[in-house]
Amino acid sequence: MRLFKKKSTEILEGDLTPMIDMTFQLIAFFMLLINFSEVDRAEEILLPSSVLAVPPVVRPDYQIILNLEPNGVVVFEGQKNGIDLLNPLLSRQVDAAAREGIRDPADIAVIIRSHEDTPTGVVQELMAKCQESELQSFSLRVKNQK
Amino acid sequence: MQMSISEPEEIKINMTAMIDIVFQLLVFFIMTFKVVAMEGDFNIKMPLASESADSLDEELPDLITVRLEAGENGNISSIIVDDSETLREATMFPDLTNIVEERLAAEGNPEQDSETEVEFDIDYNLKYLYTVKAIGAVSGRALPDGKMKTLIKKVKFKDVGN
Repeated sequence: MRLFKKKSTEILEGDLTPMIDMTFQLIAFFMLLINFSEVDRAEEILLPSSVLAVPPVVRPDYQIILNLEPNGVVVFEGQKNGIDLLNPLLSRQVDAAAREGIRDPADIAVIIRSHEDTPTGVVQELMAKCQESELQSFSLRVKNQK
Repeated sequence: MQMSISEPEEIKINMTAMIDIVFQLLVFFIMTFKVVAMEGDFNIKMPLASESADSLDEELPDLITVRLEAGENGNISSIIVDDSETLREATMFPDLTNIVEERLAAEGNPEQDSETEVEFDIDYNLKYLYTVKAIGAVSGRALPDGKMKTLIKKVKFKDVGN
């Protein structure tokens, strides 16, 4: 009487092609959506929200993103500065815009991302400081509440 | 002479290394992926004081002044429209929208093409959150069908650049 069947010693190979296809598609998806421009955004800033804010349709030719903390510190290109010390940085941006063909500072978009608890007077001080560099086109950025 | 044609052997590529690296890439992208909240803008044009003086000869647009007063801890206490109407209740922001809407209707401005401007005079300590709410209240109204009715397109702050 035979008790054991002889086991097959062949290696079982599944078809990996669909899995690899799907994995590559997932990688492509995440690569397209990944956002490396975190330097423009300060994560600690909690924006106020509004249903009426208009999502920017066209990116301005030249933009300056200023993140404003509740204590009046401005986070610009990853560096923290007081409002009083912004003049040289803003002048450099105006010069950089001129080199890119934007001669009139009024055409530079200043995007202010301010924390919701910041005193409005501080926001106004920031705008006044920008005006010293002849910047006059401002956008107050808020969270779009849908 | 006898030519023998042997059957071609199946070439097998070892995929293990590639799958390993692909999975590592996938894990990297999943870990670094962040869902970014949609953001929008309120556009504010703040011309320089000198330019404002130059344009005095031009016809000035209709102006509504809105004063936002801060209470304790930077919270809003009242809204005063054109130094005449004072809003204090919890419904002050919807009320502000109603006043602006009535004002535009009285001036015969079709909402979508309104030249009327709103100037905000805001207490220094008022939290920015309330400023944005007030700008939203004068900018338009969310309709029940999900659409937006635009009211004021031009907003400026008092005492900035003047």
